[in-house]
Amino acid sequence: MKAFQKIYTKITQITKATCSLKATGVGYDELASVDGKLAQVVKIIGDEVTLQVFSGTEGIRTNAEVVFMGKAPSLKVGDQLAGRFFNAYGEPIDGGPIPEGKDVEIGGPSVNPVRRQQPSELIATGIAGIDLNNTLVTGQKIPFFADPDQPFNQVMAMVALRAQSDKIILGGMGMTNDDYLFFKNTFSNAGALDRIVSFINTTEDPSVERILIPDMALCAAEYFAVEKNEKVLVLLTDMTNYADALAIVSNRMDQIPSKDSMPGSLYSDLAKIYEKAVQFPSGGSITIIAVTTLSGGDITHAVPDNTGYITEGQLYLRKDSDVGKVIVDPFRSLSRLKQLVTGKKTREDHPQVMNAAVRLYADAANAKTKMENGFDLTDYDNRALAFAKDYSSKLLAIDVNLDTTEMLDVAWGLFSEYFQPAEVNIKQALVDKYWKN
Amino acid sequence: MATKGIVKGIVSNLVTVEVDGPVSQNEICYISVGGVKLMAEVIKVIGKNAFVQVFESTRGMRVGDEAEFEGHMLEVTLGPGMLSRNYDGLQNDLDKMEGVFLKRGEYTFPLDNDKLWDFKPLAKVGDKVGAGDWLGEVDENYQPHKIMVPFTFKGEYTVKSLVEAGQYTINKVIAVLTDEAGKDWEVNMIQRWPVKRAITCYKEKPRPYKLLETGVRTIDTVNPIVEGGTGFIPGPFGTGKTVLQHAISKQAEADIVIIAACGERANEVVEIFTEFPELVDPHTGRKLMERTIIIANTSNMPVAAREASVYTAMTIAEYYRSMGLKVLLMADSTSRWAQALREMSNRLEELPGPDAFPMDLSAIVANFYARAGFVYLNNGQTGSVTFIGTVSPAGGNLKEPVTENTKKVARCFYALEQERADRKRYPAVNPIDSYSKYLEYPEFQEYIAQHISPTWIEKVNEIKTRMLRGKEIAEQINILGDDGVPVEYHVTFWKSELIDFVILQQDAFDTIDAVTPLERQEFMLDKVVKICHTEFNFDSFLEVMDYFKKMINIFKQMNYSEYKSEQFKKFNEQLEELLASKGSLEG
Repeated sequence: MKAFQKIYTKITQITKATCSLKATGVGYDELASVDGKLAQVVKIIGDEVTLQVFSGTEGIRTNAEVVFMGKAPSLKVGDQLAGRFFNAYGEPIDGGPIPEGKDVEIGGPSVNPVRRQQPSELIATGIAGIDLNNTLVTGQKIPFFADPDQPFNQVMAMVALRAQSDKIILGGMGMTNDDYLFFKNTFSNAGALDRIVSFINTTEDPSVERILIPDMALCAAEYFAVEKNEKVLVLLTDMTNYADALAIVSNRMDQIPSKDSMPGSLYSDLAKIYEKAVQFPSGGSITIIAVTTLSGGDITHAVPDNTGYITEGQLYLRKDSDVGKVIVDPFRSLSRLKQLVTGKKTREDHPQVMNAAVRLYADAANAKTKMENGFDLTDYDNRALAFAKDYSSKLLAIDVNLDTTEMLDVAWGLFSEYFQPAEVNIKQALVDKYWKN
Repeated sequence: MATKGIVKGIVSNLVTVEVDGPVSQNEICYISVGGVKLMAEVIKVIGKNAFVQVFESTRGMRVGDEAEFEGHMLEVTLGPGMLSRNYDGLQNDLDKMEGVFLKRGEYTFPLDNDKLWDFKPLAKVGDKVGAGDWLGEVDENYQPHKIMVPFTFKGEYTVKSLVEAGQYTINKVIAVLTDEAGKDWEVNMIQRWPVKRAITCYKEKPRPYKLLETGVRTIDTVNPIVEGGTGFIPGPFGTGKTVLQHAISKQAEADIVIIAACGERANEVVEIFTEFPELVDPHTGRKLMERTIIIANTSNMPVAAREASVYTAMTIAEYYRSMGLKVLLMADSTSRWAQALREMSNRLEELPGPDAFPMDLSAIVANFYARAGFVYLNNGQTGSVTFIGTVSPAGGNLKEPVTENTKKVARCFYALEQERADRKRYPAVNPIDSYSKYLEYPEFQEYIAQHISPTWIEKVNEIKTRMLRGKEIAEQINILGDDGVPVEYHVTFWKSELIDFVILQQDAFDTIDAVTPLERQEFMLDKVVKICHTEFNFDSFLEVMDYFKKMINIFKQMNYSEYKSEQFKKFNEQLEELLASKGSLEG
């Protein structure tokens, strides 16, 4: 297999991220090494080949040794991946041996849509702001839209550990070293390391490398979901850093930028990643939970905007100053797939309780505005405000850990404490059954 | 001899091929990469170099790989057996593909070669016929599928022979036609047509005027669309674009529904695959899937094929229109199509227009919408293609090129509004900004006067005005406070809320409320307008709110009840009682 490898030593052009040379018989997307640095073919014009050097072109000489590897970037997949930490190229960074397995090209083909199964299995996280109001389903893709100072990594680690998945694949892009260690420690303290595979690009690594991370993570995920029929949860943090890296590359390739300096292909690039989320008929599934950091909460920026059109909902965190806790915002958060499981896989009253609680919480928000504007509050307004405080701290807060039935019982308890049955607008049959006297 | 070529350059899916003979713009070629043939389309020619966009990933392609040109543009294969199928953007039958993952270079035949069709001749030997004329028909899922003189035939032909009624496959020669020069042409049930060219085998394309019932009140009552009309639905994510599209495609009174899932989520298509074979067409009682064709080119499928997918869908729609059928074409979303154009234009290094979209975007969008329409066929029958596209404006901002260019050509505008969606007022179609130009067509007004009622349009315009007035008052109340405005203002405001809750809002997930037949819409509109004309006497604004909330609640229960059922009548009586307790009819 490892036939004669031709070595080129004459680079004709070097830019910040790319270098070009004359070479023949080179395939598009093929990997190459330039003085040991990994690079990928991004352009071929006649015999001139342009390579994108992932770690940057600093120090590259015009007589650097260039070897083409005859394949696109790939990952050796196998059971030995479990419990290991890798860099963007799929090389171990935990000091362990190189795992053995089948060499698979990353960024592989899409699932035929007619071979997909409709997602129908609930993912329980224990966090009521998610399970009760924005229920997640296997095969779903959903991001946290969060400001950089919010504890999204903590919430994500918690979700990952509590969700009953067979494997967790962590893809870290532009993660601080501290956050990397946080994930590593949290997973090992929980004794969960053996079902976790991590691909990490930290802020110390070259930024362009991180465009390989999602494909690496999803390549590993596909192995476990397809070959082993496992339920795989993929965590991608932070996709805004990924998009920034794409923008850098496209800029250096002289492409015309579209909105917010992002490449015109941003939607397709993100969709290719997120659409790897799938429920297979054989029982295996890939669920993607991602993080998209916002700048100043602006969701009209190209990255969150395109993401919102691709993903099946989004989750927002917010600090509730009335109770001093971080909550999952019930207004702006949305899980598009929740109706596939709520009231079907959970107790019958779930959809109605969820809607009633959010509606009453909205009434409280209106009452608050009224109060702030100096208008008089009615008795109902005051009760709604008291309800909102309890609802926020007992259900929406991210430190809550209950199963769905308990959440529903807590909600009924709050309804009974602050309201009359007629005020909650729930079907009479359910009120008769669950109202707490 | 076919033109051949050699790959000279590769940038993503834009490939330069040096050719050894003539090529034409938009010609199809196949490039062999490691033994697999990849389909591509010529998009630019400079000297001996043809620039082609490859419909698949170009990974592993090398300089020196060989290309073969096909001598025709991108075509679809038309014939009986397309209904109920799931195609990709290039009309490959997705169900015929093997394996869970899509394989590069796997192309499958869109029709069934072996199936026998019950053929009935419609023409006679000796008839003079031309392109698009009906030679016979087969029964395709209870639709009369016409076998037509191929659209590519020019001039007049004489039917030389025609097979008798019987069972035949699509490849059977069913007729021999003689052209004016005396040459014989064999015709079977299959024909091919280039997707980017409109099928124009009809006599006349008048202004459309017949209401197309969708069962969605905010469309039918407030901003109706017509058979052969065009409309578009822009909206930020999370405002219910897809739910509204699915509702229309499930309920519309069309013979054929074609759904082009263009660059959207795969799970949404899976929902259609899962639900449509089970759901029943409210107009015929048969399964929805029987009248549906799905063109699925989801967001993770190749971008160039995404651009082709809307054309594939439109061409199939035009084919069924030529049979005298009512076709509804839905495309979700046309923004993804425009983005596909942008990606290619960018790689071609064309000078960009606004937001880096190609300069000719407006012309492309306009040409596409112009292919819809209501037509009189050469035999006097009518057919229509109604087109509704969604637009996904970047950042929810309607001042972006795709929305603006679509607004210039589409006659109905259903603006989905974030604020309405946040308040769970679904469908979140903004009642004030949205419009239907058809309401102003005299042909349409006459049609409505005859088929529904002469006062209908007047009432529709009235509720629109009331919605605007309600909004103005709501703003005043926000500034001045509840007691800062007269009690009558509250009454006017709550009358607009009544219209909103009873007519505009509709529960797409409730089996009864989801579909409102026209007769029922008329009943409700009359009822609501009557209440709007009623004068009420209230002492305070609190009383107004309580009263109208009660009224809205009864109306909602009515919307959830079977039309004219006992329950429905009971709520209607409650309503009359409530009305008698407070109001007196104006004038």
